[in-house]
Amino acid sequence: MASLNLQTLGLRAINAQLNTGDIASGSSWEITEPKGQHAIACGLQADIKVDIRGHVGFYCAGMNQNADVTVHGHAGVGIAENMMSGQVRVTGNASQAAGATAHGGLLVIEGDASSRCGISMKGIDIVVGGSVGHMSAFMAQSGNLVVCGDAGEALGDSIYEARLFVRGKVENLGADCIEKTMTEEHIKTVDDLLKKAGIDGDAKDFKRYGSARQLYNFDIDNADAY
Amino acid sequence: MCGIVGLYLKNETLRPKLGELFAPMLSEMRSRGPDSAGVAIYRNSVADSETKYSLAHDSSEYDWKAIDTGIESTFKCEARITQIDTHAILVSTLAENDLRSWIAEYHPQVRLVGSGQSLEIFKEVGLPDDVYRRFSLKQAEGSHMIGHTRMATESAVTTAGSHPFATGSDLCLVHNGSLSNHNRLREQLQKEGLHFQTENDTEVAAAYMTWKLRQGLSLHSALEGAIDDLDGFYTFCVGTGDGFAVLRDPIACKHAVMAETDDWVAMATEFRSIATLPDSNNANIWEPKPATVYTWGGQGEVMH
Repeated sequence: MASLNLQTLGLRAINAQLNTGDIASGSSWEITEPKGQHAIACGLQADIKVDIRGHVGFYCAGMNQNADVTVHGHAGVGIAENMMSGQVRVTGNASQAAGATAHGGLLVIEGDASSRCGISMKGIDIVVGGSVGHMSAFMAQSGNLVVCGDAGEALGDSIYEARLFVRGKVENLGADCIEKTMTEEHIKTVDDLLKKAGIDGDAKDFKRYGSARQLYNFDIDNADAY
Repeated sequence: MCGIVGLYLKNETLRPKLGELFAPMLSEMRSRGPDSAGVAIYRNSVADSETKYSLAHDSSEYDWKAIDTGIESTFKCEARITQIDTHAILVSTLAENDLRSWIAEYHPQVRLVGSGQSLEIFKEVGLPDDVYRRFSLKQAEGSHMIGHTRMATESAVTTAGSHPFATGSDLCLVHNGSLSNHNRLREQLQKEGLHFQTENDTEVAAAYMTWKLRQGLSLHSALEGAIDDLDGFYTFCVGTGDGFAVLRDPIACKHAVMAETDDWVAMATEFRSIATLPDSNNANIWEPKPATVYTWGGQGEVMH
């Protein structure tokens, strides 16, 4: 594993190094002394493994494609925002807007996520070991949000076709978000995601929430678009 | 956009290093606020019979000695003044109202920016590192500090518009955000007899806190009242005699992060300020919840 010290090398040099076209597929990298800097390991495209040893600032692992990034600590605003594929894991808590607008991949937050977790998510799977703050999954379009703890106010406000699963208490639901039945298919989805995330839990304990489809112009013929 | 930071030392053996530990915290926030900076430091408590006043003037050449000799001859009470650049710390048995009206009459360009037993406030226009250096804060010893770096949005870049703003005895406030109902609230508070030195929205929040505390409310209750009465975006860090308090508006758009170890508790707009503290890598780190009053101090416990 190659080790990169952010304080010595600087952010741009590290991000450039991880984005070189000929970077070895499957190679492992370690970033030390991140010290809360922003935009660490952004825009990665190769299927590499990156371990960040410490707490990161805003927009870490944003726009990720293929890479497997683990933050060993706390993540600031917008972790894995606009992720396309790959996996991002946070071993501590995460600040606001985790996984915002992300199209794909898996985001695992082992601790709590703050407000607006999964805001405008477009296909990402997010598994939160703890609780999420207010306005989570606001205008969420597609993908799955699994919350092992509680959810704050206005969960799923103005939601489209994303699926929300919460094991604990939901403070209240946002506009056009309703509780829905957990079918075998949904139990399997949650079970698979918990296993992929490495988080213990019985999928049968979760409740499902989603769109009542009264607020936006839903047409069943377009369901495949989500 | 602004940056705010707070540090409270739980481990008393770190107190001689307070200024040194706080310097990089404030410095990290220079990109969020290059216009002006200010800090409140809690140190060197005076006797119960005395009050410590923080005074400021536009010029470091001001004749500060005229103030303590003037007070001694006018009020026949003790007064000692120590100049630090454009500020001066006055310790006196004189009551605040008497001092305020005397200064208004004889030293109208001097601003009373804070008062209490241990609170001292220093604020100036310029980059945070420069402001910190001017007031020799790196060598400062004390129990806790709060600080602010300002990128002005609501009012002019002046020393008077710099934070922290005093809110009562040993209380002051720094703010990241902007209040939308400050004009009307200022008018209401003026009718209640509160005085304003600037057009700044944060000064209104400070005056609101002063007004609530005068009514006998606890700091916690006063901050809970602020959730109902202040409209706009805010993360406040309120310095108190034995720690500090944090409050975010119900929408919580303005960033904030808190961290705690056995030795210290800290809050900042961004974690990179806290990352400079010893053992920050092993700190418990979390984002404060919206519309929730957090009070740190005394034993370093979090109450909310």
